[in-house]
Amino acid sequence: MSDTKKFLFVNRKAPYGTIYAWESLEVILISAAFEQDVSLVFVDDGVFQIAKGQDTSDLGIKNFSPTYNALGDYDINKIYIEKESLEARGLTVDDLLKLTYEDEDDDWAEKDSIHVVSSAELVEIMDQQDVVLSF
Amino acid sequence: MPMLHTVNKSPFERGALESCVRLAIKGSSVLLIEDGIYGATKGTTASDMVENAMKDLDFYVLGSDLKARGVDEGRLIDGITVVDYSGFVKLAVDNDKVQAWL
Amino acid sequence: MKFGIQINEGPYTHEASTTALNFVSAAIEAGHEIFRVFFYHDGVNNGTRYTTPPQDDRNIVNAWSELAEKHDIDLVVCVAAAQRRGIVDEGEQERNGKDGNNIAPGFRISGLGQLIEAGIQSDRLVVFGD
Repeated sequence: MSDTKKFLFVNRKAPYGTIYAWESLEVILISAAFEQDVSLVFVDDGVFQIAKGQDTSDLGIKNFSPTYNALGDYDINKIYIEKESLEARGLTVDDLLKLTYEDEDDDWAEKDSIHVVSSAELVEIMDQQDVVLSF
Repeated sequence: MPMLHTVNKSPFERGALESCVRLAIKGSSVLLIEDGIYGATKGTTASDMVENAMKDLDFYVLGSDLKARGVDEGRLIDGITVVDYSGFVKLAVDNDKVQAWL
Repeated sequence: MKFGIQINEGPYTHEASTTALNFVSAAIEAGHEIFRVFFYHDGVNNGTRYTTPPQDDRNIVNAWSELAEKHDIDLVVCVAAAQRRGIVDEGEQERNGKDGNNIAPGFRISGLGQLIEAGIQSDRLVVFGD
């Protein structure tokens, strides 16, 4: 059996109110070192994690949202956002961080990591995974 | 590939069960545990959603969590199977993967 | 079959650790192997031996320690999460200049890679949390 598995990180919680989003991101970054096939899903309040314009300076909690920009450098570029979750929260993709990666198979062209998908598409994506970690 | 979904939230407080039902592929199993067991009872504002989902998904509920909360099995939606912890383990074995809707 | 377990909540506020304990016991009884139990987020609070519940309550920390000893289960507390929450073993005590340690028997502190490894090595990863 191959040692490469399809890992899916399911993020369903908003940032800052609880620590789950931040500590989930720490796991995601570590997973990159294991050369697994990693995908991220943001559904429900998880879509708020990658909202633009986060500024935690008044809280004294670290603003970890810039770290999502580094995911592309770690070859984590399959980031799925559920369209229905965005719409339910009055958001569009323009309200989200612009996450990109450089495709080494395409002359290092800069490409979007974020894919807005419907619930029906997400059902299929989740079905294809081997390991699901939920936060 | 069949997947086991666990839901541990009351459907009256949180959206975990609704999200699970929306995103679970047909043929999956859903096990209601902890406060999630309230989603298994009939005659509630959530039972239509569960009954509807049961056309595509198999529903189970953890008996120990029902008993702990004083929920009689007679109040369960018809067709939901009560399992014990060894039944939980068996569901995890029989499905290819497990997703917790925390 | 090999199971990996992730526990995201402490022993008493949420039922998660209790459910996991019952699940793990049932899995062992059915002849399955527990590759590792990984404690993350507030789940690291399952690993302090200073836990002293009232006499009419169960001691979940001891229950994990006893289960680990009896069945040789690898109980791993995430180091980053543990440092935030003051769960300390001898090594961490020395490294961070603390005046004591509180890790419970059968638990060890290690990195997040142990969780990913559990996902790779186990046939099923089951997550318990809130």
